[in-house]
Amino acid sequence: MSCCGPGANYSEIDEVSRFVSARLAAFLETLRDSGFPVGLAEGRDAASLMGAGYAARPGLLRSAFKHLFSSRRSDWEKFDGLFDAFWLGKRVRSRSIATGSAKAANNPSLKSLPSNSTAPRRGDESALDQIPSADEAPGERDGEGRMEGASRADNLAEVDFRNMADPAQIEQAHLAAARLARIMRTRLTRRDLARRRGYRLDLRRTIHGNISHGGVPIRLVRRRRKETPLRLVVLLDASGSMSMYTGVFLRFIHGVLDQFRQAEAFLFHTRLAYVSDAMKEKDAARALDRLSIMAQGAGGGTKIGESLQTFNRWHAARVIHSRTCVMIVSDGYETGDAALLGREMAALARRCRRIVWLNPMMAWQGYAPEAAGIKAALPHVDLYAPANTLNSLTALEPYLMKL
Amino acid sequence: MKDRNEIAQALAASGYIADTELATAISMMQLLKRPLLLEGEAGVGKTEVAKALAAVHATELIRLQCYEGLDQSAALYEWNYQRQLLSIQAHRGDDADAVEDRIFSEKYLLERPLLAAIRRDRPPVLLIDEVDRADDEFEAFLLELLSDFQVSIPELGTISAITIPHVVLTSNGTRELSDALRRRCLYHYVDYPDADREARIIMARIEGAGASLSLQIARMVEGIRKEELRKVPGVAETLDWAAALVGIDVRDLHDAPETVHETMMCLLKTHEDKSRVTREVTDRLLGKVA
Repeated sequence: MSCCGPGANYSEIDEVSRFVSARLAAFLETLRDSGFPVGLAEGRDAASLMGAGYAARPGLLRSAFKHLFSSRRSDWEKFDGLFDAFWLGKRVRSRSIATGSAKAANNPSLKSLPSNSTAPRRGDESALDQIPSADEAPGERDGEGRMEGASRADNLAEVDFRNMADPAQIEQAHLAAARLARIMRTRLTRRDLARRRGYRLDLRRTIHGNISHGGVPIRLVRRRRKETPLRLVVLLDASGSMSMYTGVFLRFIHGVLDQFRQAEAFLFHTRLAYVSDAMKEKDAARALDRLSIMAQGAGGGTKIGESLQTFNRWHAARVIHSRTCVMIVSDGYETGDAALLGREMAALARRCRRIVWLNPMMAWQGYAPEAAGIKAALPHVDLYAPANTLNSLTALEPYLMKL
Repeated sequence: MKDRNEIAQALAASGYIADTELATAISMMQLLKRPLLLEGEAGVGKTEVAKALAAVHATELIRLQCYEGLDQSAALYEWNYQRQLLSIQAHRGDDADAVEDRIFSEKYLLERPLLAAIRRDRPPVLLIDEVDRADDEFEAFLLELLSDFQVSIPELGTISAITIPHVVLTSNGTRELSDALRRRCLYHYVDYPDADREARIIMARIEGAGASLSLQIARMVEGIRKEELRKVPGVAETLDWAAALVGIDVRDLHDAPETVHETMMCLLKTHEDKSRVTREVTDRLLGKVA
């Protein structure tokens, strides 16, 4: 992947000097480090652009490269800074690296992140606990029998997540959450298939299928309706007050993203972060590691309203369609403006099919939705349910199937 | 290679006021023979770019509007089955090979936009509009077409491009496009124009809009875009509004604040936005417009 650009291109770009080629290769490397999808073809085109006279003025070259190398709005916006820093020597403190972008996963400098991140997490064990590896949790390896696994899960099913302290127990809860996500996926898909039915004639297939009848259409082929599969969008509250639950829910979301064809995930505390890309990491432990960094930005309370506003403004159009269920996992302790939360919930309700609000605190004794935030939000919520045990998560499944 | 200033001038002559970056992108499109992907909010004039480009090259604009469920038979080609059936019935008793040769010939082939675009003598502008609305499968197919510019029709064989069209894709961001497609294309983010450029757009498009009125309108719209609205007005809305104001003979916005507020319906398209921009808000915005 590294040092691919100019080596192969010398013959094509005689007029571009060796020195410029080397600089260009280094620039491509910088872009790759920043998460730009830059391949061989882009390198070649960049060289030919320089040969074609675009290098005459820095402004022109910057604009040309910007079009060539950017491929989304975030790239577009940070490109000028990168270009100036590299070619014009304007100093930036460090290379800006796109955290959370899919490409960044291949990036060696990011791979080293988990080891850096373990240090600050030591202190807080219950929350975003790293999953112990197999040798740390012997109970995971032995006793592969299905029944045994299931019965163990049954015992766990009623334990409140916040009361799980021992790492092995947490690990099991995580596995159960992942399994739950998988089960939900299969059922939902099956239902999807059963609902298909033909609604108009497919001439191409009809004629092809009736060649043996001399072209007389005896057996008709109908077109099937293509159903948009259910899309699940999860907004997870990662604030301090939720810290006892975030770990399990992150694992659940990881399972959901892995299993559903269409699912998106966001984290919020005082601001909103798009985490689907980070969560699509196959290895759950690694995904959680990447996320724990984002989640730890918490501290100053929860601004659900503002986070929803960001969501509605910048993400909703892309991630929500007519068969979308939005799942908000939060305790509803809003430290921002409760009226804003109400308004944004109304806007969200207009867009999507269903809003499910999972509140882990709901099952606590004596809990009533008194907080201003949750009061403002509840009128727009279709299902308000507790989610403090695995069983309560499972109980949601029939509801999701009805969407 | 056309210089980017020439391109900007040519675009302006055809009624599209481009910024220099877009002109650069278009000159690169010709040089590198890559498609251009335009992203941006609805109503910033993405589709207009393709129209203006066709005017600049004095060539045909072939448009493929994408939608969910768009498939090859609507985008690429389709056999004219009704005619084929008719032909089979009419020439009953012919030799089977002869029938086959006849009904699978060009005469019975219906050209759809993508096939049409590669079979013109003069390279047309191919506009693939709102590509994010099409399905993933279609996107993959498009990717193949855009790199090879050839189409294989099982009954006829492979049809190679006579000319390579100028391809413009637009996306509204309703769905995330694949990295492969993005990488294949040059990327340009179309933002709302600044007040000066919008004023020039109004002057170019609306007959009878003077320089000072155009600038006032553009500044006003710029202010409205900064309000917290559900549906931010695009350039098309600005033009509507300008046309309305010119139509009722408003020369200066300050002379007719009443009319300004009433005609604001050209810009505000939801009930919520309409009730948010009250008369006071209008007056406040008007106050900022010099």
